Amino acid sequence: MNKQTSSQLGDALASSESTSSAPGLSTDPLCPLSVYDLTVAYHRKPVIWDVGFDLPAGQLIGVVGPNGAGKSTLLKAIMDLIPRASGRVRVFGDTYAHNRKRVGYVPQRESVDWQFPVSALDVVTMGLYDDIGWFFPVRKKHRARALEALDRVGIADLANRQISQLSGGQQQRTFLARALVQDADLYLMDEPFAAVDAATERAIVEILRDLKKREKTAVVIHHDLQTVPEYFDHVILLNMRVVSHGPVSETFTSENLQKTYGGRLTLLDEVTEAMRRREQAL
Amino acid sequence: MIYAQIDLNWQQHDTWIVVIGILCAVSSALLGNFLVLRRMSMLGDAVTHAVLPGIAAAFLISHSRSSLPMFFGAVIVGVLTALFTEWIRRVGRVDEGASMGVVFTSLFALGLVMLVQASDHVDLDPDCVLYGAIESAAIDEVEIFGRVLPPAALILGVVTIVNALFVVLCFKELKISSFDPALATTMGFSARLMHYLLMVLVSITAVASFESVGSVLVVAMFVVPAAASYMLTDRLAWMIVLSVFIAAASAILGHGSAIVVPRWFGFESTTTASMMAVSAGGLFFLAALFGPKHGVLVKWVRRQFLSFRILCDDIVALLYRCEERETGSPSKAELADNLFASSWTLWAALATLRRRGEIAVDGAVSGAVDGAVDGAVSGDFHLTGRGRDRARQLVRSHRLWEQYLVVETSTETDRIHDKAERFEHFTDRPLRDRLDRVTDAPDTDPHGRPIPSEKS
Amino acid sequence: MIRGSRNTTDSDVSGRSVFSLGCLSNAGSSTLRLLAIACLFLFFAAAPRYAAAADSLADTSATWPTWQQWKRVLSLQDYNTRVVLLGVSVLGAGAGLVGSFTLLRKRALMGDALSHASLPGIAMAFIIASALGRDGKSLGYLLTGATVSGLLGVAAILWIRNKTRLKEDAALGIVLSVFFGAGIALLGIVQQMQYSSAAGLESFIYGKTASMGSNDAKLIIVASAIAIVVCLGLFKELKILCFDEAFAGSRGFPIVWLDIVLMSMVVLITIVGLQAVGLILMIALMVIPAAAARFWTHELWRMSVYSVVIGTVGCVLGAVLSAVFPNLPSGAMIVLVCSFFFFLSMMFGTARGVVIRTYRRRRLNRRIARQHLLRAMYEHLEPNTIGAGVKSSRFESKAAVTVSELLPMRSWGWGRLLPTIRAAQEDELLRFTDDNVFFTRSGFVEAARLTRQHRLWEMYLIAYADVAPGLVDRGADDIEHVLGPEIVDQLEDLLEEQKMTVEIPESPHGIGVPESAGPQPGGSTS
Repeated sequence: MNKQTSSQLGDALASSESTSSAPGLSTDPLCPLSVYDLTVAYHRKPVIWDVGFDLPAGQLIGVVGPNGAGKSTLLKAIMDLIPRASGRVRVFGDTYAHNRKRVGYVPQRESVDWQFPVSALDVVTMGLYDDIGWFFPVRKKHRARALEALDRVGIADLANRQISQLSGGQQQRTFLARALVQDADLYLMDEPFAAVDAATERAIVEILRDLKKREKTAVVIHHDLQTVPEYFDHVILLNMRVVSHGPVSETFTSENLQKTYGGRLTLLDEVTEAMRRREQAL
Repeated sequence: MIYAQIDLNWQQHDTWIVVIGILCAVSSALLGNFLVLRRMSMLGDAVTHAVLPGIAAAFLISHSRSSLPMFFGAVIVGVLTALFTEWIRRVGRVDEGASMGVVFTSLFALGLVMLVQASDHVDLDPDCVLYGAIESAAIDEVEIFGRVLPPAALILGVVTIVNALFVVLCFKELKISSFDPALATTMGFSARLMHYLLMVLVSITAVASFESVGSVLVVAMFVVPAAASYMLTDRLAWMIVLSVFIAAASAILGHGSAIVVPRWFGFESTTTASMMAVSAGGLFFLAALFGPKHGVLVKWVRRQFLSFRILCDDIVALLYRCEERETGSPSKAELADNLFASSWTLWAALATLRRRGEIAVDGAVSGAVDGAVDGAVSGDFHLTGRGRDRARQLVRSHRLWEQYLVVETSTETDRIHDKAERFEHFTDRPLRDRLDRVTDAPDTDPHGRPIPSEKS
Repeated sequence: MIRGSRNTTDSDVSGRSVFSLGCLSNAGSSTLRLLAIACLFLFFAAAPRYAAAADSLADTSATWPTWQQWKRVLSLQDYNTRVVLLGVSVLGAGAGLVGSFTLLRKRALMGDALSHASLPGIAMAFIIASALGRDGKSLGYLLTGATVSGLLGVAAILWIRNKTRLKEDAALGIVLSVFFGAGIALLGIVQQMQYSSAAGLESFIYGKTASMGSNDAKLIIVASAIAIVVCLGLFKELKILCFDEAFAGSRGFPIVWLDIVLMSMVVLITIVGLQAVGLILMIALMVIPAAAARFWTHELWRMSVYSVVIGTVGCVLGAVLSAVFPNLPSGAMIVLVCSFFFFLSMMFGTARGVVIRTYRRRRLNRRIARQHLLRAMYEHLEPNTIGAGVKSSRFESKAAVTVSELLPMRSWGWGRLLPTIRAAQEDELLRFTDDNVFFTRSGFVEAARLTRQHRLWEMYLIAYADVAPGLVDRGADDIEHVLGPEIVDQLEDLLEEQKMTVEIPESPHGIGVPESAGPQPGGSTS
């Protein structure tokens, strides 16, 4: 390791130290998500540690990091789906349990059985179940709302298809429509772009932009580094702890990426190139 | 236990047997849908075996064969089975099947030991747990609201109503917690709560049923009708409705076949409950073979038809290309070589094409018997006008696709043929026109061969 | 206990013979030996009370057997006892070995479906043999019938699973109930046959260990021997099949054939076991010992050995108990003894037992809390004292941090911070006097060590980000143990350049920090 890298590393170290000890948990009801001192341990090893950040409202936030960096774990810990060793989470200034209805979750596509005998419309209607309440049946107006959401993601014509007969991209859109119909203020999405076709990717981006226009916040786990500057306003670089977070233009630097992904990343040069081009265009 | 009467005269007794059978089957099948969808089909089996110690304990404590304490004992143990299974799975990190296996065998063994202890006092045969005695259950009578009916029918009727209410009222909760438990939990429908509610009802149903019809039938009815209707439909609501009908049908069929089938072999009738399980199995087999969308046979036939159609397409396209290159018509052996088809399917395809008037054979009088296609003739086929139209469309689709793949998706030239070969069979006129537009109506494909026009 | 299991997993075992009683005396198996003795002891201690309970419940005539009866059974005086014990012990061994593979293949209940599916074959064989004028009860016919319909059942399960959209569990449920239903329907017919009573067939459902004949025993021994030889011969192939089917397929192992071999072994063991414990409880012998063994080890060959031992001991104990007490059915007793072992294993198993895992989890959470506390204090003091060149002896005892200063540093509340401080005080890492927290000398050493380690890990994550997530083990006692000294040296250099080095003072005890913090004595921390 040469001298220059090591000095970069040192700066990173200093900055990550400062983020981890940044005090305070935002109880501001306008702050969509505030995480403080979050540590989650599976078996004997902490998977993510000392994670802390406050997110700005009305922005698209990308969470990027290498495989095994704890991205899905972070989302699940935020929603109390897995126990945490330490840490607090505030959603719009209150606990998750309190503001559950303001959060929409898009799980990974593999997490459900796609052979299940339901149609795309049924799946989307599930997003309304807590509105409908226990024991009450699904009414026409709910179906109409669900159909509207399907229309927004562009697959209204497939509403009555059984879900296994949808392509991967269409399944992902169905999930997205289910989250949209919840009409939440904060969306947590676990890899919505994973294994989808180009058209779906464009459609999802459109939807995200539309969400932003309506001042919703979306936290999206993302894999493709090249598209990060294009898709997101704000980025969290995660590798077991937060390497850096902030607006894309400040945070999504090759230096920070190197700290997240390591020096041997071939995509890195491409990304810096892409960013350079983008800056020149501006 | 043995159904002694042989006369086929349908008596009220038979009616009650069928009614009890139907009630038992329907109440189990209602819940069974969710067991199958949640991949917990074996839980019905586990619960019915495991309730034995509950019955035995109730028995040892109350010293009577009265139903109520036994019922409660069994339900408690049934729920405990579900709890233990879940506990061992979660806490001990044992996979679900194994934890079930540990729990229900242990409880069954415990029950056996307890029953043997009790056998000095009362006659409680473990057999009746296994086979049930639907025949004798139909003979008992109890009077309620001025009507005389077997107590088993009463109990099972209540259970059926409770289950039906549960399924109807909690339909959407059951649906979401079965499909996506994590989402259900984040939405406030605790997946665990639904799980245990379901387990309680499964236990109650199992206990209420197996006293009269035995655990075999219960296990069968939990799984088989639901599995059969899963083969028939893609809608949860329909799946439940169909499973109810299949369950009822197998109860009726079961009783009938218990009387009739053994007679064919010169025996007297056999146990009704077991024949109900067998006829449910038969219905499942039929559904699995002939289900309209997912039936194994149906899918197979559909695949055969498709590959046959593709073969026909390939033949006319090949003939067209031969005409184009002016290499003369290929013989049957050449066709077989080119298309990798077995001689039988090729023969059938050629016969079909001739019947449709798309190809003709040189030297054969038109309208000759199909056998004439078979090698006897010099073996030269050529396209008729109609066949040429179809072939032109196919070749046009193929070459347009190649052009599209190269131009629009920049696929490498050596990989486009296989893709185009697949796509050409599924490309209709509007799609072709769109392709034509997108690729700016080219004259030649990437290999430089002419793209035929839509009309000759 | 933990340390013991660690030692055993370290030793290289690939070359050893797997199935030999000699391994019981290996140092590595001492845990198991202890387990066996403890279980035996506990069981015999509990047995009288159990019997008494059964007595009071049922007022049966069963009484605690006399010493004479015990002696008769335990000294194997009866020929019959010898046959039975030999038979069941071999059966337990075979089932335990095969079961450990089926368990890992997640096919535990396959055996259950299969044993139920054998019933129509048994009844059919009886009917056909009797109709042809042969002796329908001859074991040969019955077992042939059972094998045929058992294999049919397996074929049906595989057909449903592979060809339809149903999952494995539904396939099992369907085959189990329908085949068993058919079996019972056939039994209903068998009972009407004039030539013979079908009473013998019932024994297939519940088993009749006590009346096992020498022919039965021979059959069991032959079948188990075949199963054991096949499983040992194909040990590594079956291992890779259970571990990662896709990988095995990609390496050219014939998965389908291996699966068939494994299922045939299940059929073999199940069929011969039917008579002994009955078809309902046969599955227990396949599942319970293997599932119990899984709690004691993470290694397949060890698990197989433990499973064999648990199966054998369970079967023998169960048979002995049912021989000594007149009123206990043998099949059920065997299962109960096995499940008793399972329960013990699940609770106290050294690899995955509930107790050890709960303990580990608690310790991990406590350790994380303590690390947070010590590091927070160190970092709080660092800018003004430690980094500013103040002598370490001063802030060790004099520089105080108040609780209200600590509180906002992390997400802990009073309710969590105070117990953590008190626990650390008990271990003499801190002194806590009215709202002020001081380091003791050893506490300071530990805090410095933790801070250094934390920074090294951070540095490691940055420098080796691409390989890091798999390796990072911040819970590890000593970073050198995980990463190796060379890398740590390199990281140290990086820290030094950034002036973030943590000096670790001489330890007051000379052997490192207190035991409760959990470091290995050998770990160098300078």
